[in-house]
Amino acid sequence: MSGHDRETRELPPSQELESLDELWFQVGGTLCNLSCNHCFISCHPGNDTFGFLGIETVRKYLRESEKLGVREYYFTGGEPFLNRDMLQIIEETLAIGPATVLTNGTVFTPASIKTLREISQDSPYSLELRVSIDGYNPQTNDPIRGEGTFEQAMAGVRMLVEAGFLPIITIAQTWPQQDGPAVFESFVATLKEAGYSRPRIKILPTLHLGMEAERTRPYSRSERISPGMMENYDSSQLLCSRGRTVTDRGVAVCPLLIEAPEAHLGHSLAEAAVPFRLAHGACHTCYVHGAICSNIGGWGVD
Amino acid sequence: MPAPTERAALFGGIYSNHLALTAALAGIQTRNIDSIYCLGDLGAFGPHPDRVYPLLRDNSVKTLAGNYDDSLARDLPDCQCGYTDPRDNQFARLSYQYTYCNTSEENRAWLRTLPGEIRFELGGRRVLLCHGSPRRQNEFLWDSTTPSHFLEKLCDDYEADVIAVTHTGIKWERELPSGRLFVNVGVLGRPENDGTRQVWYTVLTAEENRIEAEFVSVQYDAGTLARQMRQEGLPEEFAQTIEDGWWTTCLEILPARERQAGRY
Repeated sequence: MSGHDRETRELPPSQELESLDELWFQVGGTLCNLSCNHCFISCHPGNDTFGFLGIETVRKYLRESEKLGVREYYFTGGEPFLNRDMLQIIEETLAIGPATVLTNGTVFTPASIKTLREISQDSPYSLELRVSIDGYNPQTNDPIRGEGTFEQAMAGVRMLVEAGFLPIITIAQTWPQQDGPAVFESFVATLKEAGYSRPRIKILPTLHLGMEAERTRPYSRSERISPGMMENYDSSQLLCSRGRTVTDRGVAVCPLLIEAPEAHLGHSLAEAAVPFRLAHGACHTCYVHGAICSNIGGWGVD
Repeated sequence: MPAPTERAALFGGIYSNHLALTAALAGIQTRNIDSIYCLGDLGAFGPHPDRVYPLLRDNSVKTLAGNYDDSLARDLPDCQCGYTDPRDNQFARLSYQYTYCNTSEENRAWLRTLPGEIRFELGGRRVLLCHGSPRRQNEFLWDSTTPSHFLEKLCDDYEADVIAVTHTGIKWERELPSGRLFVNVGVLGRPENDGTRQVWYTVLTAEENRIEAEFVSVQYDAGTLARQMRQEGLPEEFAQTIEDGWWTTCLEILPARERQAGRY
């Protein structure tokens, strides 16, 4: 048997859930007011493959999570703030732990910002708002996220900053690696001009799934984790070693793979605490860049 | 009959601030303390790292290893702080290179002997000391991102009634619903991003039915420390933090609440 045959017949490594630190909620499903052409789960206004999570569902999992010692709660979609229960969901979450919401920043209103501020101030825990913007001006952002979205998202950022929030601007890296420092500086300058004097920035790699697979390319067969790659590797860099994701179809292994049937592991956190086989291209991205979904970690431009 | 009172002093994050350490040890001598513990990160940030070691040894300070100590002990290329911001990384590199080059081989060998955790009993309660968290040396446990149910689980998993850590640079404590206690003892090395020059250590006292944590402010000659930092060519941003009490670098690890409380 040749080395190549051995390699292709080798099963991908399996990753255990070592501790459930991060509980993610696909609270916006795949429904979004935008149709970004790099979206790894192809969210758009008509994509109801995954639906909103209601307050009752979230509540059920919050209760289970307390017994399991979960550290942080994350809310994503789709666009979470399209979910009419969202403010109540945040409030109930912040009663027991820190919450992070991933938003496109385009659907805030003065009233929702005011409520968010009150909810945040009433909690002992941090509320993080991560606003996705993919270019530092309309010319670089709008071809990816849609016409007019740069100005809409920046309006959201301004409202958040004026209300005292320090949003984390989350940027998918769609530029060549060597341009990283210059792009980073351009983002800082743009945000400061908009009144955000101490901007927080997180840069993420793109994921070659969904729309992004069409915009650039799908994962190649070589972008997989082999068993040998797990030797001397810090498995806490993989979100599946310390997180699970609640969807309206039950609990999935992570927010990147909700469209893969084998990524759905059960209908309770206890059921979903089973090992997961790292067979996907997205697992390779997570392996290489480490902790890409969490607030701390991810891909810097260094 | 009331239970006998026992007292322990805890501090961490010395960051080469030998002047604050000297002042803290002098204060501790006046407080009827049974044992002194250091929760790690002896070097970093400040000047003349080797000046810290004799102070710890001469005062019989029981010391455990932090991530910085682990990096120096094992000759690692960086401090394992895990920054992604290029500016933060640049400052972290400068700090680590200076500290590594100015820590003697003898002291690095001593760091290799330090344990990762220390356990002892205080008034019949099981106390566990570690650097970041019981499960990970470089885990950040901030007040605003650490749920009580998570801390209860740590107490269960690691069989402790009191857990004390440092690593983040900002002190806090929480009595848990079960009656157990979690304390982040803060750091001696630099102010806690509050616009003052003071730094902090913690005294744990066994009361009749509980463990009391008291945070003790340390005043020291910050002006002299800042002058020494400049003489050693350390970044002006570091000296500025010592003088005005606001963190200027490595801010990306701060959660929203703690970041909002600072100036930068």
